[in-house]
Amino acid sequence: MNPEATARKSFHQELEKLEDDVVKLATMAEEAVARAVKSLKQKDVNMAQKIIDGDDVLDDLALDIENRCFSMLALQQPMASDLRTIGSALKIVTDLERIGDHAVDIAKVTRRLYDKTYIKPLIDIPRMAQITQEMLRSSLQAFVKKEVNFLDELKEQDDEVDHLYSQIFRELLTFMMADPSTINQAMEFLMVASHLERVADHATNIGEWVYYAVTGERKDLNI
Amino acid sequence: MDMNRTSAVAAKPVVPQDGDVGTTVPQVASPRPNVTPPVREKIRTEKLTVFYDGKEAIKSIDLSIPEGMVTAIIGPSGCGKSTFLRALNRMNELIPGTRTTGKVLVDGINIYDPAIDLPTLRKNVGMVWQRPNPFPKTIWENVAYGPKCLGVKSKAVLDDIVEKSLREAALWDEVKDRLHSSALALSGGQQQRLCIARALAVEPSVLLMDEPAASLDPISTTKIEDLMAELRGKYTLIIVTHNMQQAARVSDYTAFLLMGELVEFDVTERIFTRPKRKETEDYITGRFG
Repeated sequence: MNPEATARKSFHQELEKLEDDVVKLATMAEEAVARAVKSLKQKDVNMAQKIIDGDDVLDDLALDIENRCFSMLALQQPMASDLRTIGSALKIVTDLERIGDHAVDIAKVTRRLYDKTYIKPLIDIPRMAQITQEMLRSSLQAFVKKEVNFLDELKEQDDEVDHLYSQIFRELLTFMMADPSTINQAMEFLMVASHLERVADHATNIGEWVYYAVTGERKDLNI
Repeated sequence: MDMNRTSAVAAKPVVPQDGDVGTTVPQVASPRPNVTPPVREKIRTEKLTVFYDGKEAIKSIDLSIPEGMVTAIIGPSGCGKSTFLRALNRMNELIPGTRTTGKVLVDGINIYDPAIDLPTLRKNVGMVWQRPNPFPKTIWENVAYGPKCLGVKSKAVLDDIVEKSLREAALWDEVKDRLHSSALALSGGQQQRLCIARALAVEPSVLLMDEPAASLDPISTTKIEDLMAELRGKYTLIIVTHNMQQAARVSDYTAFLLMGELVEFDVTERIFTRPKRKETEDYITGRFG
């Protein structure tokens, strides 16, 4: 598309800025999750506190994007792919905001556990976090590049996260049965795994909305 | 999450391959929630081409227009949308240097057949213009004019027709106390509704509207749009508009014309959320240079 050819230059510039900010928000959410898990693994309570404090910035950006979506809907009467981009952005922002909340919840676990000796080294939890991070990245890249070939991989990644969650669940259950004094910590880790499983679900939702924005078709990855 | 909401819509391939765009009425479960699916084709154009001084203004258009629905024709200036509309009741013939080829079938009858009686055709396929053009007569006489020409003489019958038509055009309450004052004293929006009443008085089955709200203020525009929603079902409405939001608001089906050609014809909801052709997408998103 030759930008000079557009009859609605300022609107389309505004729309591009919106897409950029959705990506920015996604990067913030993605980093928050990665750093929350890192803080847990490294028992870094300062890093955890920064994530908890930084959530306001993420929420503010989410709110700002939502407001701009509504004003564009009201003032510009967007159509077709423009309309789908704005509608999808509104949905994606909600998922991203929730992902940020999950990162905060994980950081709070760090704050509770950082001075304890862990019942086991954390291996599968960071792996889960890494996959969710990749899921978010490929979805948002597709949003900007208007591509949809990421979808099959996204589904596989979501399955892998679910699989890791079951694995962690079974492992922690064994710990708890063998030694009830591990229950407190095992429950905390299980919650973390559960948060990450939710993050992957949000990432899958985002992928579905990106698919809609690009193609106009709805697709359910959770079948 | 229920992702199957569009499945009913996607059930049938709607816009066929290049070359046969518009030859069938796109089917959906329901184009609007309160409308039953279209079952019948009202107007069909076959290879409809109109020349102005030997130059093609519209090129071989095949379009199937469903009965009782609102079909909008959109496209940039000069794309041939008004020409197309005027071809549907042979109004182009009033313009010197015009030649029309192809067919326009209304209820299966080719209106370009030499045996067709033009007044009957234009009674059946009525027209409302961009600028309100009431006769410089009273409100009553404007509406009664058509039926009188068709031979209705009884004052009582004419009174009934006038009231019924004005009610259908949502103008009755505003003018019932001054039926015998001049139509020219009405506001622009009222004049336009009077023109619609005048068209309805001869009981057409199709109403062609060429930019019916283009010269009206927003409130009068809303009234015309509401009126179109009221008339849907009983009449087949075809509206030409350069206002895409208006097309999106009022129509069940939308045809997009570009440089005299039919680019895409589909259910309005689909045209404005996920058009199939890039030209349509570029035009309705304003990426059209």
